[in-house]
Amino acid sequence: MQAYRKTEMTVGVFVFIGLVAIAWLAIKVGQIGGIGASGYTLTANFKDAGGVRKGSDIMLAGVVIGRVDDVVLTDNDHATMILRINDGVEITEDAFASVRTKGIIGDRYIRISQGMEETPLEAGSEIEETESAINIEDLISKYIFSGKE
Amino acid sequence: MSEISTTTQSGIATFFGRMGRYAMRGIEHLGDGTRLAFHALSLLFAKPWQGKHFVIQLYALGVGSLAIIVITGAFTGMVLALQGYYTLAKFGSESLLGAGVGMSIIRELGPVLGAFMIIGRAGSSITAEIGIMRVTEQTDALEMMAVNPMQRIILPRIIATTLAVPLLVSIFDVVGIGAGYIVGVELLGVNPGAYMAELVAKLEMIDLNGGWVKAVVFGFMIGTICTYMGYRAQPTTEGVAKATTQAVVIASVSVLIIDYILTSFFL
Repeated sequence: MQAYRKTEMTVGVFVFIGLVAIAWLAIKVGQIGGIGASGYTLTANFKDAGGVRKGSDIMLAGVVIGRVDDVVLTDNDHATMILRINDGVEITEDAFASVRTKGIIGDRYIRISQGMEETPLEAGSEIEETESAINIEDLISKYIFSGKE
Repeated sequence: MSEISTTTQSGIATFFGRMGRYAMRGIEHLGDGTRLAFHALSLLFAKPWQGKHFVIQLYALGVGSLAIIVITGAFTGMVLALQGYYTLAKFGSESLLGAGVGMSIIRELGPVLGAFMIIGRAGSSITAEIGIMRVTEQTDALEMMAVNPMQRIILPRIIATTLAVPLLVSIFDVVGIGAGYIVGVELLGVNPGAYMAELVAKLEMIDLNGGWVKAVVFGFMIGTICTYMGYRAQPTTEGVAKATTQAVVIASVSVLIIDYILTSFFL
């Protein structure tokens, strides 16, 4: 019986270690209860989403402050993005949202630059000032065909 | 009809006949094994409660496999970091090493390699043990003592593997990521912050859930296949040896096949 008690203890320790491993993966790596579960949403309209997808980062001053919840087409004309911003981050009413690229061939992300206003945006409101992705092909074609009349 | 002997049949006919027989036998075994597993599972809440045997099996299969899982996990993480570093260095994106190592281990290598190690260490012993119990007629002795061998022998082992494999795979994941960190950061000089940050940024919850679903399914499969092969082994020395070999082969192949199917669901 004494031997069985010892077995029971060892199994208990093993299961505990396994559960700690599961918890560490879920909380530290999987970000349960972190980004995506909390925060508030803002919308922004872009002419060209340019590769920003659901889950792309939103950065302010180079720090990740949220993620893109959804990108949808509105009025068959432009892209509307639902931006989920972390709690405690306040964005001014005249802030500026632009699509940018990390590095030269990195991921696309949304960069937010604060404006001069004092009042922060309410949850669910829209960032009016946006700048779409710079399309390299468009730039090149402009450059090539600009001199020809 | 009866005048047609096998000698007058062409080689092709016998070949197809044999293939058909193998297929029929395979399906028969599949059905038999499934029935046996569900019969055992139906006894889960039957009295008397077999808690003590669950614990003993969890000790033998779970704690016993811990050492090999830690070693395998550590070296898998280390070699992934080493390989990944030289591949990523070509593109100048060494900071993605953490994401690469973590994704590969959590999504694929953890469940699959972990399952292989558990099949080799625990699965084979389950089959051999049950097979020898049949040879020495211990199962009949249990029945004489009014103990249901299904409930006492098969059920605890299926439950133990189903519980132990996800726990062991999670330990494998953590050890692998840690070992990759040590090689990547300490030996190769990757930015320590970037390793974890990229891993956290790139890994979605669905990757983790996919890994755990795989682990639970593999655990149940290993338990079922290995107990079935042992229970239906020919009660001879050769029969048990053959059953053990077959159990390891069938379980390993099934893990790979089911792994592909589950991966296609989760992507």
